[in-house]
Amino acid sequence: MFDNLKIMWHQGKQFIPDVTNAKVPGIFRGRPIITIADVDEATLADLCPTHAISTQPVSIDLGKCTFCGECSVQFPDKIIFTTDYHLSTNVREKLIIHEGDENPITVDPKVVRKEIHRLFGSSLKLRQVSAGGDNSCEWELNASNNVQFDLSRFGVDFVASPRHADGIVITGPISENMAEPLERCYHAVPNPKVIILAGTDAISGGIFADSPALNRDFLSKYHIDLYIAGNPVHPLTFINGVLGLVRKKGLRRLRTDF
Amino acid sequence: MTNPEYISIFNNQSILVKEIPEHNYTAFKDININLLKGNTARHCINYFGYILADKIKLICCIADDEAHKIYVSSCFVNDNEELSSFTAQNHNFEKFEREIHENFGLKYSNHPWLKPMRFAYNRDNKNKKIENYPFYSVKSEELHEVGVGPIHAGVIEPGHFRFICNGEQIMHLEIQLGYQHRGIEQLFVRKKKLLERTTLAENIAGDTVVGHTTTFVNLWESLCGHTTDSSLNFARTVALELERIAIHTGDLAAICADMAYQLGNSVYGRLRTPIVNFLQEWGGNRLAKGLIRAGKINFPFTNELAKRLIEIFDAYEPDFDEITEKLFMLPSALSRMEKTGVVTYNEVLEIGTVGMSARMSGLNRDIRYSHPYNHYTSIKHTPIIKNNGDVYARAQIRKEEIKQSIIYLRELMTKVPEFKKPENISLNPMPDTFVISMVEAWRGEICHCAITNENGDLLIYKIKDPSHHNWMALAQAVRNNDISDFPICNKSFNLSYCGHDL
Repeated sequence: MFDNLKIMWHQGKQFIPDVTNAKVPGIFRGRPIITIADVDEATLADLCPTHAISTQPVSIDLGKCTFCGECSVQFPDKIIFTTDYHLSTNVREKLIIHEGDENPITVDPKVVRKEIHRLFGSSLKLRQVSAGGDNSCEWELNASNNVQFDLSRFGVDFVASPRHADGIVITGPISENMAEPLERCYHAVPNPKVIILAGTDAISGGIFADSPALNRDFLSKYHIDLYIAGNPVHPLTFINGVLGLVRKKGLRRLRTDF
Repeated sequence: MTNPEYISIFNNQSILVKEIPEHNYTAFKDININLLKGNTARHCINYFGYILADKIKLICCIADDEAHKIYVSSCFVNDNEELSSFTAQNHNFEKFEREIHENFGLKYSNHPWLKPMRFAYNRDNKNKKIENYPFYSVKSEELHEVGVGPIHAGVIEPGHFRFICNGEQIMHLEIQLGYQHRGIEQLFVRKKKLLERTTLAENIAGDTVVGHTTTFVNLWESLCGHTTDSSLNFARTVALELERIAIHTGDLAAICADMAYQLGNSVYGRLRTPIVNFLQEWGGNRLAKGLIRAGKINFPFTNELAKRLIEIFDAYEPDFDEITEKLFMLPSALSRMEKTGVVTYNEVLEIGTVGMSARMSGLNRDIRYSHPYNHYTSIKHTPIIKNNGDVYARAQIRKEEIKQSIIYLRELMTKVPEFKKPENISLNPMPDTFVISMVEAWRGEICHCAITNENGDLLIYKIKDPSHHNWMALAQAVRNNDISDFPICNKSFNLSYCGHDL
């Protein structure tokens, strides 16, 4: 037992107290800024592997962006990736970053269904469905609940059965072979329920968008409550996105000091 | 001059397609079966077909770990011929022939397990649906079946497991995959830009980003006749070993979780974070997406990063050693790991497993030493081999490989090379060329093959994840174990669904 206590003592304080304002180490590629610098727009747009860049004026759709950073390497004056990991919204258009746009991406509380705030504000149980996901988003969702990010402290958990869940988190571009299991899982969740898309692949199909092995009909049938951009989503992006959705007062009361 | 049986090449060597000897099917089969007969240093690394002039061209690649060579031979068949299978004589070929059968409808007269493999969208017989997979079943009043999946209880990828149990004891497990199929190999041919293909390689398996992308860029540079810069070899090797440390640490956490050892789960779980965060400090992404590029690197490795990595290891190692010493001495943990999920030497040899799933049972398969690439040509790598083939052996391999990788990286950090400024160089694939590339990722051997046509366009891009071989080892491992031990067995293998389904 003393060994165990010693090991625990040696870990020190691991959790991130303030998940909303914590700084991520290094050169994380988060929300980009597009400057008004004059560049060859056609070359810039042609560079993008997932056609996330539009021209006249230049914009980047973070729902399509794979965050590879190639555009900012080749056009460092035009595109600058900041370390801002707040990349979640309930309005799909907000993921499109325009020239000169430096506003943070947020969840618009006015468009959130009322029952979400009322029912899930302090407890949200989620069922995750990987539908062709490459195991990177799944990996980061698992990391969201390790001792550092500790998602459970906010009352958000992943549960084993859709019957116990308040909503589903979809990762991956939704393969044809997963289309039916996804649909069945969604119907097994009791009403009211939320749908969250985590990662570029889920939001737009990513690099697989035009693959004939996909079936994304599910997404046009149901209302999507939250889009979380990233390739894969960073745990802090996920945590802030989900809390932004379910908490009416937003993120102000998130800080947990111990 | 007589027709040679095969052409013998090195890892990452490009040759003209016409240099690969062609045989009739019977000779082709005999050559490859005989290559494997009685020689444990050889195994089949890739065997695939593609359509060429209304016929199906089969290409078989056998790796010889002692000679450090790859033997490649080929054969043309018609899709209406009935063929005698390789698998009837050597089970190494089981999955490969199932794939060829599924894609082209080739009929095998004596394949023992000719079931659908991944229900690819371009499969030959579209009437075969994933919901009607023909499971093996036994009519008995004493046995019952347990179906799990495709959606699992944890946050993991989909796949279906069908157990046949006698009470609590598993008699048989059949693993049905294909839910993750995204048509990657076809997209490789269809998408023409290098960055598109690199992005595809990064998405083959998101937990092996460095492994698959390194295999791709090594192959691509060879296919374009480009000599890899030594600084790039350095960066790829560093990234590969960092990925190994990160995932192995996470796997130890998961193994602890599955035997309800909460402390181990928490400590290993948090120890993974500084390693993946270092990847982010280096390349801007915790899973190293965007880091590995053909002919260049957008994020040169610097002496500051080297210093930083040493600091991270200095903090990591004492905590890792402390919890590891505890875990591997803890009677309740050992009793869950020892003699659980055993696969014997003869079984792994018959299946043809690779990577950790071979080394756990005394079969020495490690591409870093047998077919060295990148910077491994100057590291004298000694593979870590265990003999018990149980969960304990798989946990031990992870523990020792983490330590070994740290030693390699500490050594590498003393000689960080000069990096050039990232610059796009023109890379054009050579016409009528065949290349095979292998990398030992954390799970085991990754093998990619590419063939170009007379214009230098890709005819086929073939990907093989180590899981391709190793899923069968998991099915064997759980036999005669309690069904409650399935999670820990599964976690100790940690195989890829999307790497298999592509």
